[in-house]
Amino acid sequence: MTPILFAEQVLNGLQSGVMLFLMAAGLTLIFGVMGLINLAHGALFMVGAFAAASVAGATGSFLLALVAALAAAAGAGAMVELLVIRRLYDRDHLDQVLATFALILIFSEGTRWLFGSFPLYLDVPPWLGGTVLLPGGIEYPTYRLALIAVGLLVAAGLWWLNTCTRLGIRIRAGENDREMIAALGVDIGKLYTVVFALGAGLAGLAGALVGPIQSVQVGMGEPVLILAFVVIVIGGIGSIKGALVGGLLVGLTDTLGRLLLPALFRLFTDPASAASAGSAFASMAIYILMAAVLIWRPTGLYGARA
Amino acid sequence: MSIKTLLAAASLAALASATQAEVKVGMITTLSGGGASLGIDTRDGFLLGMKGASEVEVIVEDDQQKPDVAVQIADKMIQSDKVDVLTGIVWSNLAMAVVPAATAQGKFYLSTNAAPALLAGKGCHPNYFAVSYQNDNLHEAAGAYAKDQGYTKPFIMAPNYPAGHDSLNGFKRYYGGDLAGEVFTQLGQTDYAAEIAQIRASGADAVFFFLPGGMGISFMKQYAGSGVDLPLLGPAFSFDQNILQAVGDAALGVRNGSNWSKDLDVPANAAFVEAFEAEYGRLPSLYAAYGYDTAHLLRSALDVAQPSDGDAFRAALKSADFDSVRGKFSFDSNNHPIQDIYIREVIKEGDVFTNTLVATAITDRSSAYVNDCTMK
Repeated sequence: MTPILFAEQVLNGLQSGVMLFLMAAGLTLIFGVMGLINLAHGALFMVGAFAAASVAGATGSFLLALVAALAAAAGAGAMVELLVIRRLYDRDHLDQVLATFALILIFSEGTRWLFGSFPLYLDVPPWLGGTVLLPGGIEYPTYRLALIAVGLLVAAGLWWLNTCTRLGIRIRAGENDREMIAALGVDIGKLYTVVFALGAGLAGLAGALVGPIQSVQVGMGEPVLILAFVVIVIGGIGSIKGALVGGLLVGLTDTLGRLLLPALFRLFTDPASAASAGSAFASMAIYILMAAVLIWRPTGLYGARA
Repeated sequence: MSIKTLLAAASLAALASATQAEVKVGMITTLSGGGASLGIDTRDGFLLGMKGASEVEVIVEDDQQKPDVAVQIADKMIQSDKVDVLTGIVWSNLAMAVVPAATAQGKFYLSTNAAPALLAGKGCHPNYFAVSYQNDNLHEAAGAYAKDQGYTKPFIMAPNYPAGHDSLNGFKRYYGGDLAGEVFTQLGQTDYAAEIAQIRASGADAVFFFLPGGMGISFMKQYAGSGVDLPLLGPAFSFDQNILQAVGDAALGVRNGSNWSKDLDVPANAAFVEAFEAEYGRLPSLYAAYGYDTAHLLRSALDVAQPSDGDAFRAALKSADFDSVRGKFSFDSNNHPIQDIYIREVIKEGDVFTNTLVATAITDRSSAYVNDCTMK
């Protein structure tokens, strides 16, 4: 294994980590502020990707597509919060899981009804196509570098929102004591809608950003949703910083595991069975990481709630 | 016309309508979720082939790509709908859950797609017919082609599940040389950056991959943007008509192993492609072609015997006396086809991405497991 291959895999891990962060940040915000388990978060990821694919197809502009994805997912999120989620805050988690699971089905079949069953076309914009040569002779796709940059920018923006703005103060106050801030005259219903739309918008943005390098199809959000749950459990539920660190940890563990574990098994056995066993263990790596973190810190890395 | 003849005519008509829906066919296929496009094409191809067969009633149900759901539907179709023939399953893991139980209850199963190794070898059954292929076949064609092209260090890749192992085994069986690398990915994986980096570092001279459905779309888009420029090879599953439009230019020029292509020069095929386009307004995929062939095989057998007459119906199926869209077609002793397998290349016709035939990879291919089957 060459140092170049290793460095390239670290970049790949970072890239997949920041995309997971975009998904997990919304999920953890919604859970932290409203105490709601939102299984339909993956559906909003899909809404973003489909909105981006159809706008990019109609206008040819990738930037417009990103704006449309954000708007569509945030709009869908706000609508879902007003129509469905609002009735669930006082129910227990089982009711929330059932209702948001139903939302997954409604979104999936609704998208199929609108767009058909066949995957949509969405490509990397020409100005982000091709590869760049990084120091050390690493040839790396420009688009993936841009994804890392966008992910880190969003992380910085969220940090700013959370620490330096009035909305951020309300969000943190809402996490700590929702009766108190309601008593202080903050319209908690409106705050919940805004937070839900923000989380949904982030998921939609993630969907639009990975759309050009993945398959834009019905059901594309569910595999990401599972990983996003792993990320917020590792990072600590409700913590945005935890979502970033957890996302990067999961991205790096998954990518490097897929490279290193088969290589490790090749030392002991023939290439075909090493590939098979290595792949099997690599798919477990992030769950082993999660278990280890939970043994060490039962509330996750930055979690406050038990 | 006397009252008597009128009565006789009416009772004859009643008799005819009673015999009309005499045969019931249960189609279990994937109509929702990420794999739905495969099942929809299977269904559409089959129903097109059954058009005008008023003596057959077809019941279609969605298995959601879940083995447990497929088993429930099969039980319901056998117990309460009293179907005679089952068909339609796309995925090998679902076929393994349904087929052995259904054939053990004396039902016939005609496979429009999935044909796992076990059902072609030790687990073969006289009531089970694979109309499509045996799972390894299309990968074998790609292996034969890689050898033909003089590749000496291909990098090979498939998901870590039974059909993925069948795939790489099939490729290696006909390729037989050294490999630059062999990787199993996760089923449903969406990001292939780690694998592409390994391909880049491996010094390979070609890449063979089996990634059906959305996995293949993701891989090809990411590969196109990675700067790695090795020739790609694969089985037809990653290049079917419906996937290509989502991949776009990234798939152009890719060679893939297939036993069917829309430009295969067979009269029945030309008629099928035309009828499918007229009926549904899109080009058929190979899943539609298998569905259509399955319908015609079934109809050819029903012309000879009824499923209630098991032995005669079985013999009629086995004689495969129908015009296949693939041209020559016969069943080997394990009820899997003997057929030619081709290499196709992805091209652009106007605005539509599609495949064209470029070579014949293997002629009269049966399956690797035929000798493990005890049927004669």
